[in-house]
Amino acid sequence: MSKRNHSVVRDEEESLIEVESLTVTYDTPDGDVHALRDISLSLDRGETLGIAGESGSGKSTLALALLDYLDENGRITSGSIRYDGRRIHDLSADELRALRGNRLAHVPQDPNTALNPALRVGEQITETIREHTDKTTRAAQERLYELLETVQIGDAAYTADQYPHELSGGMQQRVLIAMALSCDPDLLILDEPTTGLDVTTQATVLDLVRDLNESFNTTIVLITHDLSVIANTCERAMILYAGEVMETGSVSQVFNSPTHPYTQGLLAAVPRIRDERTMNSVPGRTPALAEIPEGCVFADRCAFSTADCRTAPIDMTAVDADGEAPHRTRCCHWEDAVSDPIEPETVSERTRGETSSDESPLLNASNVTKYFDTPTFLDRISGGNPPVKAVDGVDLSVQRGETLALVGESGCGKSTLGACLVDVLERTSGEITFNGDRLADLRGSARDEFRSNAQIVFQNPHSSLNPRKRIGDQLHRAVTTLTDLDRTARRDRVEELLDHVGLDSTHAARYPHELSGGEKQRVAIARAFAGNPAFVVLDEPVSALDVSVQANILDLLDRLREEYDTSYLFISHDLRVVKHSSDRVAVMYLGQIVEVGSRESVFNPPYHPYTRALLSANPDLDPETDAERIQLDGDVPSARDPPTGCPFHTRCPQYIGEKCDRQEPELTPVETADGDTHHIACHLSADELEDGLEL
Amino acid sequence: MGSQHTGRRSTAENALRDRLKNGLCEVFANRRCAIGIAILAPIVFTTVLAPVIAPHNPTETHMGAQFAAPGGEFLLGTDHLGRDLLSRVLYGGRSSLVLGFAAAGVSMLVGVPLGLASGYLGGRIDEGVMRLLDMLLSIPSLLLALLIVALLGSSLLNAVLAIAVVYTPRIARVVRSSTLAVKQEEFIKAAEARGESRVYICFGEILPNILSPIIVEGSIRIGFAILIGASLSFLGLGTQPPTPDWGYMISIARDHLWSTTWYWLWPSLWLGLTVFGCNLLGDGLQDVLDPQSHVSKRP
Repeated sequence: MSKRNHSVVRDEEESLIEVESLTVTYDTPDGDVHALRDISLSLDRGETLGIAGESGSGKSTLALALLDYLDENGRITSGSIRYDGRRIHDLSADELRALRGNRLAHVPQDPNTALNPALRVGEQITETIREHTDKTTRAAQERLYELLETVQIGDAAYTADQYPHELSGGMQQRVLIAMALSCDPDLLILDEPTTGLDVTTQATVLDLVRDLNESFNTTIVLITHDLSVIANTCERAMILYAGEVMETGSVSQVFNSPTHPYTQGLLAAVPRIRDERTMNSVPGRTPALAEIPEGCVFADRCAFSTADCRTAPIDMTAVDADGEAPHRTRCCHWEDAVSDPIEPETVSERTRGETSSDESPLLNASNVTKYFDTPTFLDRISGGNPPVKAVDGVDLSVQRGETLALVGESGCGKSTLGACLVDVLERTSGEITFNGDRLADLRGSARDEFRSNAQIVFQNPHSSLNPRKRIGDQLHRAVTTLTDLDRTARRDRVEELLDHVGLDSTHAARYPHELSGGEKQRVAIARAFAGNPAFVVLDEPVSALDVSVQANILDLLDRLREEYDTSYLFISHDLRVVKHSSDRVAVMYLGQIVEVGSRESVFNPPYHPYTRALLSANPDLDPETDAERIQLDGDVPSARDPPTGCPFHTRCPQYIGEKCDRQEPELTPVETADGDTHHIACHLSADELEDGLEL
Repeated sequence: MGSQHTGRRSTAENALRDRLKNGLCEVFANRRCAIGIAILAPIVFTTVLAPVIAPHNPTETHMGAQFAAPGGEFLLGTDHLGRDLLSRVLYGGRSSLVLGFAAAGVSMLVGVPLGLASGYLGGRIDEGVMRLLDMLLSIPSLLLALLIVALLGSSLLNAVLAIAVVYTPRIARVVRSSTLAVKQEEFIKAAEARGESRVYICFGEILPNILSPIIVEGSIRIGFAILIGASLSFLGLGTQPPTPDWGYMISIARDHLWSTTWYWLWPSLWLGLTVFGCNLLGDGLQDVLDPQSHVSKRP
């Protein structure tokens, strides 16, 4: 009670939003769980706050609580939320509706499901405008174009006429933001606005968010699991863990001098692009809400915890009351944490698999193509759609024991290529040899052997395990089909596999939904390794996981590669992840490889213009660096009708004219500064590639 | 070595027993399942035991006791020929229940594999199967059943076949659309990457995930099959008189709708309760079969 009085006195001029020791409780069949505890925050008009936390930290619950829009079984059990000094609880249903529509706006997490697939996006926005204002149809229409322009949608009239599925993820996100802006809100809450977007698109959406704040003085709350998203977009940061605020302050305070061990751990877990240091993971896992420990919620995963951390609840301590923002932390050992911080380790030279270049490659693909919707005879005579050229003439080889990374934006065909290489997808043309044998010639037992030897791990751990079967049964099935072991040996092999991926035998009896995302991915990896594979395609193995466990999975993959002497094709859209876990890198654009070479050569100039754009789009952890990003215009062109000549010429910042339109560039060897050669498909000369744009 | 084996096996057996025991507990803990079973069990039980518990021969006429009111010697009254209605209702369940379960069972046995194959394999097989089933679907169900019975001749077995033909396309459609959704999942691609056979992928990977729509569809179909069976009997094409049957009883009772209430009431009540019980049980089983419903849902 005294706390609340104190804050009222302090804030002479009222802030826009004021949250006082908020507790949110959910009713569950097992009793009440407190999803948020003792959350306080205050935001002035025009401020930007980034809220970061892992899954299960309660960040989405906080967003919903701010809108007073909790699920039916959730309620605010103590504390208060005030807008302009008025308690949100005291508002009538009508006032609340008006507040939500006109003053607060929320951009939900998944643009795919947040837009109505049956209505044109223009209609959806004008409907929102007319719902909350008394504008005429005509005025609403004008407002619509204005909004679409605000969110930097070039051809507003055209876009307004599209259905959601006809727009790319980035465009859908813009439409949602436009919808949220339709009534000039004071506060815009963005829930994971860039999750699931490509780095290039993420960069433009974040630029847009910053612009909105600068030009309209909109207050912004940005919720994310990715700290690097906050670093360059927000002024203030709040770190959430298991329903409590761990640390809060200005972005530079939190990122440059983190005081809470959890913040330090999270920062160390973020993959870095401009830094040679590797990423660590935060040990342990977030406690389930039903079993929140006594005292400090982070004590069980903390390197600094002592017995007194676990006795009484920890209060927020002021670290630096006089800074640009009050910097506060919920740790009783923060001074120790500051003097001996958790930092990413300096990378030790990656132990590379035993590869020698003169040895024949493990896998060799030549001129592989995969077309979808190949026209039937009827289509051809009626002049129907051309096929989608997902993979269009790719040559690639994988040496024994190496990790080849395959990077590119979504829709570039990298997953399709991966699936073709292990023959899960039938290729349209081209030849693949594995261990010197042509894949097309493999029959009977030779084919079974190939199946054991070439496996694939998928991106989404939630969909790659059968939800109706126990973990042990699924692994057992994989061992049965991929090995010749007898009955008892199979059971031992299942336990061995679980052990190899860091799980114990108790996991065997569980169903997938009882496991965390990271644990599920471990099971999926164990399943792929059942038959001692020589080659594994990893299709975005960490993209769907929390930052804090990504490093764990990458470590595991590295260990397994050495133990099993396996080669990887590591597919990823995130160059930061690839940087620490590959020997060679291939960059793919619209079904073609545009650059390939050793990791060092691809990450250093000269770059292919596309690689350069990808590298520059990666957000950085340091709030001060404001490296100029290379903005790629527009979306990736349709693979149904790819541009002539160089596929990248429509978006290339280093476009040199007609030659690019007409002539398809070949992969040609280019030498780096240290004399390393790699291959780039571009008409520019090595010198031209090297200079031009600064990174 | 040997003892180790038996040790393992016994733990496996125990685990299986526990699983079964827990499963049954969950079925009864689910309110809809429990009510469904509470309705169906007595009906099935008394129908099976009809020869033992029925007070009269169902076909025996009692001259002078036509349209007797419930109570006394005839607990539920008598019909226009003076036959004991209780006995007739109990015996009548035999043909109705056999018809319902057998017809639903046969249509599932055919429809589920058809739907799985059509959905998973896709392409021309899918086209062919679905167009064929569409043809069957385009004929109103009762009309189709009538047509088949008229062709094959009226008997209980032919009625079962006719209803199975009517319902197979419906079940196949439901199975196919569920299959299409599951087919996209990555665990199916993982199974393909292991080189699993198509039969295993259909029955080992996809089927467990689409059990709940199948069970719901099946249990609702039992109810509808009993209804169509009753309609056939009502039209005189199902069970042949004097063998009692709910549908046939209702058909005759219609002529005496104004002279007696209970004549049509009892068979209708039994029929309605059976259909209701099947639907409840189906809905309840859907919840129980979902492993995610076992643990407390997170907020």
